[in-house]
Amino acid sequence: MNNDYLVDIQDERLSFFTPAGEVKALGGVSMYVREGEVLGIVGESGSGKSVTAYSLMGLTAHPGKLVGGDLYFNGHHINGMNEREMRKMRGNEVSIIFQDPMTSLNPVYTIGRQIREVILLHTDKNRQQANDRARELLRLVGINEPDKRLKQYPHELSGGMRQRVMIAIALACEPKLLIADEPTTALDVTIQAQILELMMDLKKQLNMSIILITHDLGVVAGMCDRIAVMYAGKVVESGTTDEIFYNPSHEYTKGLLQSVPNLNDRDHKRLVPIEGLPVDMLNPPAGCPFAPRCRSCMKICLERMPEYTQLEGAHYSACWLLDKAKFESQGKAQS
Amino acid sequence: MAKYIIKRVILAVVTVFVVATITFFLMNLVPGGPFITEKSISVQAQEALKEKFGLDKPLIVQYKNYMLSILQGDFGLSLRQRGRTVSDIIGSRFPISARLGGISMVVAVVIGVPLGSVAALNRGKWGDKVITVIATCGAAFPSFVICTVGMYIFGVHLGWLPTMGLTAPANYILPVFALSFYPMAYITRLMRSSMLDVIGQDYMRTARAKGLSQANRLFRQALRNAILPVITYVGPMLAYLLAGTFVVEKIFVIPGLGGQFVSSILNRDYTVIMGTTIFLATLVIVINALVDIAYKFIDPRVQLK
Amino acid sequence: MTKKNPLSLQLKVEDFLPATDAEKQSLVQMRPGVSFWKDAMRRLSKNKVAMVSLAVIVIIMLFSFVVPSLYPYKYEQQVKGSENLYPLKYSQQEQARIDAGEKVFPHVLGTDDLGRDYAVRVMMGSRISLLVGLIASALILIIGSIYGAVAGFFGGWADMIMMRIVDIIYTVPDILMIILISFAISEPMKNLANQPGFHWIQTVGVNLISIFLVFALLYWVGMARIVRSQVLTLKQNEFVTAARALGASSGRIIGRHLLTNCIGILIVTTTLQIPSAIFTESFLSFLGLGVAIPMPSLGSLASDALNGLTSYPYRLLAPALLISLIILSFNLFGDGLRDAFDPKLKH
Repeated sequence: MNNDYLVDIQDERLSFFTPAGEVKALGGVSMYVREGEVLGIVGESGSGKSVTAYSLMGLTAHPGKLVGGDLYFNGHHINGMNEREMRKMRGNEVSIIFQDPMTSLNPVYTIGRQIREVILLHTDKNRQQANDRARELLRLVGINEPDKRLKQYPHELSGGMRQRVMIAIALACEPKLLIADEPTTALDVTIQAQILELMMDLKKQLNMSIILITHDLGVVAGMCDRIAVMYAGKVVESGTTDEIFYNPSHEYTKGLLQSVPNLNDRDHKRLVPIEGLPVDMLNPPAGCPFAPRCRSCMKICLERMPEYTQLEGAHYSACWLLDKAKFESQGKAQS
Repeated sequence: MAKYIIKRVILAVVTVFVVATITFFLMNLVPGGPFITEKSISVQAQEALKEKFGLDKPLIVQYKNYMLSILQGDFGLSLRQRGRTVSDIIGSRFPISARLGGISMVVAVVIGVPLGSVAALNRGKWGDKVITVIATCGAAFPSFVICTVGMYIFGVHLGWLPTMGLTAPANYILPVFALSFYPMAYITRLMRSSMLDVIGQDYMRTARAKGLSQANRLFRQALRNAILPVITYVGPMLAYLLAGTFVVEKIFVIPGLGGQFVSSILNRDYTVIMGTTIFLATLVIVINALVDIAYKFIDPRVQLK
Repeated sequence: MTKKNPLSLQLKVEDFLPATDAEKQSLVQMRPGVSFWKDAMRRLSKNKVAMVSLAVIVIIMLFSFVVPSLYPYKYEQQVKGSENLYPLKYSQQEQARIDAGEKVFPHVLGTDDLGRDYAVRVMMGSRISLLVGLIASALILIIGSIYGAVAGFFGGWADMIMMRIVDIIYTVPDILMIILISFAISEPMKNLANQPGFHWIQTVGVNLISIFLVFALLYWVGMARIVRSQVLTLKQNEFVTAARALGASSGRIIGRHLLTNCIGILIVTTTLQIPSAIFTESFLSFLGLGVAIPMPSLGSLASDALNGLTSYPYRLLAPALLISLIILSFNLFGDGLRDAFDPKLKH
């Protein structure tokens, strides 16, 4: 493990053991997050973004199982933790905000109770102090009339308001890491910007790290320091935001960027969709998982998984095209 | 809340009124009458009896007179049980049925809810399988079968338990067993599927992400949500059990309201039929209203309207 | 991240040739599109419990509908001198015939107090009980689902009035209605049976028809309520708006979009209704309002057996266990159907 990293995931392999067979959701995922850094994980649904993040908190859903690799958080080896140690960490050092604020709060309890709960669990505050802290948190996430809101039930609040409450719950114990799993997907566009701004604001105030999971490149561009692009349970490219956006080297990343509308483009280029469907995770192919959809697919792509190529600094990409370029330049040098 | 209660009460009164009206006319349309079966009575005596109870008047007049008397709280005299008032008959029979039915309902809930939850939490494991098999079989034995077979095995063959009346606590065992078996099995199944549903909800994932213990997640977070369908089921079932079940009362020779009601229908004891019908309809309505209010307290999303 | 020099691997120039579309396609495994019904049937046939239950139902049906007509004894046939025989015992006359070299079919379950073979009576009883269960459930399914779907779909005043009617039917004690209706229609039915063209009533039995009527008049309310609440949620869905935008009629939306989406619940409620109908029939038999003598039903057999419980317990156990077996099979099969048909459970 690397002590500079708050989160260090090394070659994580995770499978879901379904009646139909073993679904290899993660096939050797490696990534890291430094303190105070925002890492964006980008990919389409089913690429393993959320599974990676959930496994950090020990929230892997049944029938998923970690089958290989090492996960470290703040120097702790997560694989070796028992449920009790894991519980102490959850909601305390690592918190999470989910995609759908409409269903993520328990409908039968008041907002106040649901915020107090996590404070009472992880700190030695008494009920009154917890209530004061809850009120303070609601103010922090920009909710007006906190005293009134504390007594309300989730169904009495709007979606944006509920996501703010979720953030308040997540921040209650000032975690070192906040995992945001598509925090704005279910919200109106105007609310999305507000929530993202709030998160960035709070990140600065509390000096925490954030893992932002999204399929929306627009969201990552404005927020993240670094980006990991995932496809079919593998990180296909990772690097700083600038590297990914200005120098994408994996065909999938290029495809993703081409499918995003850009208002600054004057010449009104057509958006290019990525053709085809993701691979069947029950029988992952031997080669590059993106190969069947790749416009530049070569024979080797179908047979072997490419290794990572280091491009510059921390920019890595796993694509045979990069190897081809090297092979050719080496061939030229030899001849 | 006050407006809601007033609305509910008005609706209840209208419903009872309609039910009473339907019953009154249907009952009188059915061939036969209260005194025909008694062969010992002469035609003149029958006529005299009819006149005494006002049954000689046109139906519409009888209806008007009956409705007016219930408005004054008078349910009249039984036509077949000489000298006994309808209120007296219901008052003596209902507590017997209600006690038996109430105990059975409590037994069914107290066993069914934990069993269903345990099954859901151990989904796919042997504990779940055993509970599911018991619950499925339980829902397959009609109370009729449980009564008779239970009576044969424990009462006749082994001779461990009394099979008649309700004189001692031991007398309750077989009838309560027979009455609670089906609702218990049903509640177990209901609770299992509802618990499975709740466990898969996003807020349960939130609870886990907060670091709450499994016990807390189960008892504080899940149970209150999962119990809602059970409450919906318990309401009508409770009304049914409190009213007394004819089959169980007949087999175990229990002088409850269920048996009384059936024999009054077979005997065309018009006043007792009417009184019991109105009583049972009111019971169903009151219990349903209580269930709706209980629902509101457990689930804040429910709007009473 | 692991760093290896990829060039240490043995790579050839050919490896970097573009792959053909055919080569690419060979990797993409498209799951063939399966229709809803085929998919459901496939899942159902994989469900062992449901298949065993189905087999039990088929066997019971064979014994109820086919075997009695091939059986050497008839359900109403009274064998003189063979009254109250224990299972597999013969009367003196029958013993004499056996001694004379004649073959006498054994009374597998003995005979009843009138000398009727009990085994064939139990089979016949299960035929009646199954018929009652199936026909009554079909009636409930049709009336309840249409009523509930219409009330839920149109909402407003129509819903309000329709559901108040349901409330009233629900509030009337069902015992009262069952008995009164049976009494009320038995005379007109008997008269009707004597009219030309209505003799079939005689064969089916007046009481049996009144039982069906009771179900059609009373027991659909539960189904109607369930369907209504389902339709209320379903009609909020986009696909209903989409269908309406495409100009589908209300009838088509109800039949095509709403009821098909409740199919899981419809099937489960119906299969659970079969046992409850069988039970209600046995209750009526208990009161003497069930099937007409000498026709047996499982309920009437069990209630008759109560009188001789100490001497002939098997007369109670046989029909009682058969009822339970029928109900259990239908319940388990219904569960299997629900798992197979409910698209929401589809993985």
